[in-house]
Amino acid sequence: MSHQAAAVEPGNVEVHPVDVKKIQQILEANNGARIRTWLSICSRCGLCAESCFFYLAHNRNPRLSPAYKFKATLGELYQRRGHVDWDFLHRCADIVWGECTTCKRCSMYCPFGIDVATLIATTRTILYSQGITPQGLARAVVNYRKTGNQMGMSTEDFVDTCEWMAEESQDEIKGVTIPIDKKGAKYMYTVNPREPMFYPQDLAMAAKILTVAEEDWTMPSTGWDCTNLPMFAGDRALAGQVVRTMYEKAVELGVQAILITECGHAYRSALFEGPYLAGYPDGKPPVPIVHSVQLFYEYIRDGRLRIDPAKRLKEPVTYQDPCNVSRNGGLWEEGRKLVQFLAEDFRDMHPNRDHNHCCGGGGGYIPMGPEYKARRMASGRVKAEQIRATGAKIVITPCHNCFDQISDLNKEYQLGVKVMSLKEIICELMVVPEKFQPEDNGGDEEQT
Amino acid sequence: MQTWYAFLTGPALWVTFVVFLGGLGVRLAFLYGLSRERDRVFYNHMDWRWAFKSIVHWLLPWGSASMRLQPVFSAVFIVFHVGLLAVPLFLSAHNLLWDRAFGVSLWSMSDAWADGLTMVVLACGLFLGIRRLVRPEVRILTTAWDFTLLTLTLAPFVTGFLAYRQWGPYEVMMVLHVLSGEILLVLIPFTKLGHMVLFFFTRAFIGFEMGARRGARAW
Ligand code: SF4
Ligand code: SF4
Ligand code: SF4
Repeated sequence: MSHQAAAVEPGNVEVHPVDVKKIQQILEANNGARIRTWLSICSRCGLCAESCFFYLAHNRNPRLSPAYKFKATLGELYQRRGHVDWDFLHRCADIVWGECTTCKRCSMYCPFGIDVATLIATTRTILYSQGITPQGLARAVVNYRKTGNQMGMSTEDFVDTCEWMAEESQDEIKGVTIPIDKKGAKYMYTVNPREPMFYPQDLAMAAKILTVAEEDWTMPSTGWDCTNLPMFAGDRALAGQVVRTMYEKAVELGVQAILITECGHAYRSALFEGPYLAGYPDGKPPVPIVHSVQLFYEYIRDGRLRIDPAKRLKEPVTYQDPCNVSRNGGLWEEGRKLVQFLAEDFRDMHPNRDHNHCCGGGGGYIPMGPEYKARRMASGRVKAEQIRATGAKIVITPCHNCFDQISDLNKEYQLGVKVMSLKEIICELMVVPEKFQPEDNGGDEEQT
Repeated sequence: MQTWYAFLTGPALWVTFVVFLGGLGVRLAFLYGLSRERDRVFYNHMDWRWAFKSIVHWLLPWGSASMRLQPVFSAVFIVFHVGLLAVPLFLSAHNLLWDRAFGVSLWSMSDAWADGLTMVVLACGLFLGIRRLVRPEVRILTTAWDFTLLTLTLAPFVTGFLAYRQWGPYEVMMVLHVLSGEILLVLIPFTKLGHMVLFFFTRAFIGFEMGARRGARAW
């Protein structure tokens, strides 16, 4: 395990003393029944070690066991009542960002169900309060604060991109539009900013699918970023604000539900953690949250979208359960069934579903940037081996972080696979009814 | 020795029970109050079915994926816990004491069984102690306090075993036996041994959190 300084602080904080008071406040605010109980009853049995892919990927290095990670960080912070120095805080940063993706697998393997991810997230909040956070996340936080989205995209640019993509798509599907701020639509579709920014075709694909399914949908001009990197950076106040902006926009537009793009942590943030971060006391978002895995599954199951049987994928396919869609989102069956509609030779990884391993790209790891790449590749070994064992040629995953991580692992471990998103495959395989076929396209395509 | 014994099985025993039960009660009451104030997430997503499933799967031998990954350790750990509870509760000598003090007694196991089970508990305890030393992922978490607590947990069994066999000075053994049992009971509410009751709450919580909210099996 490399222990190079992983966390970078914005600004020169080292000249100041550690703000012990601030740490104590956060420790106190989080000292509820759960954290107190978890920290006091951990029996130090080590059962959780085997569940963590960091531990497994580094030849069972005991410093990577979940229990060690929370003891050496938050446990110690409580024990020392916040009286710690910069050295200690940097060691913590190395652990909470470099050695845990808050995938929550370990809480399923601990006899007491200790939720290590919550303990790690709390430590991140404490570090953030001292100005410590990985550079990549720090940059994203600045962008969110300025523009409401992680990549600092302006509303005009976003709307322009939507219009451009809608126009482009009309060559393939007649009548594609991307309605902006349409009141009373059924779904408000929210995305990961890397889509409009770097992969605008992702927007086009979603628009094509939703058009063919004859969905009543809209994209909001603000609050369209469903990701939540402040949550990973440890900036809870901003994390709350980010989800609140999205919720409030949905309420303002009077939509029936928020639809989340193929992104894992966005779903976890919007549905489970967001309401608490945004201060909704009942822990529920103000409108229902639907992940595209769920919606696409329903479309195909109910025949609202038809898959051309002749085009179904022939090569062996496996499905990467993004932790935040499967284990932390409950959609593992939907994801699997969906893939089986699309592929003839589906091969599951082992373990799978809610017990699948994180690919090693979660918890903010991907946006944390190139400084972390070597560690990310090393800890992704478990996923690479899982994929290789299936013999699959295509890995489907409905999460941008998993997508990037597995693409990197593919090169690093020479897996020889192609990584694909669901949208991409559905667009290729779906039957386009005649009324959506552009005029000049002749009649040589399949008819419904 | 006689007066010591009389004191330990008289007033000291009462104090022990009061501290043990009272301590657990106070700890639970305190955590309950705290949770009402700060852990809304616990109550917002409560679901008894998932709590029950989550608890039962971890009480059943190899009922969880985690236990199945380490079958030997799990076996030891289950037998250890069964012995820890069964011997003191069902030992016939203890039942005589229950009867004398409260006029009620539980089912009693035969002395041969109790003797055998005691040896098993001690062997399991030894295994757990050695495991702490030889498995790196456990050793790194282990502190001197873990060994102290393990020793204190085994002490009533060692002394009871020796006294029953009349090995060593009987009266001294009996005094040590009662004393170590009382120390253990007094410590339970204030240490990680509190998991005796807290287990049910933390397991229920993870049942709500992973199961009731997402349908994921936390076992
Ligand atoms: S499995 Fe749970 S109790 Fe055991 S060491 Fe890990 S966190 Fe602690
Ligand atoms: S949450 Fe995931 S990455 Fe973090 S310690 Fe647990 S298993 Fe490992
Ligand atoms: S990157 Fe993918 S696998 Fe990993 S935590 Fe996100 S959703 Fe989980």
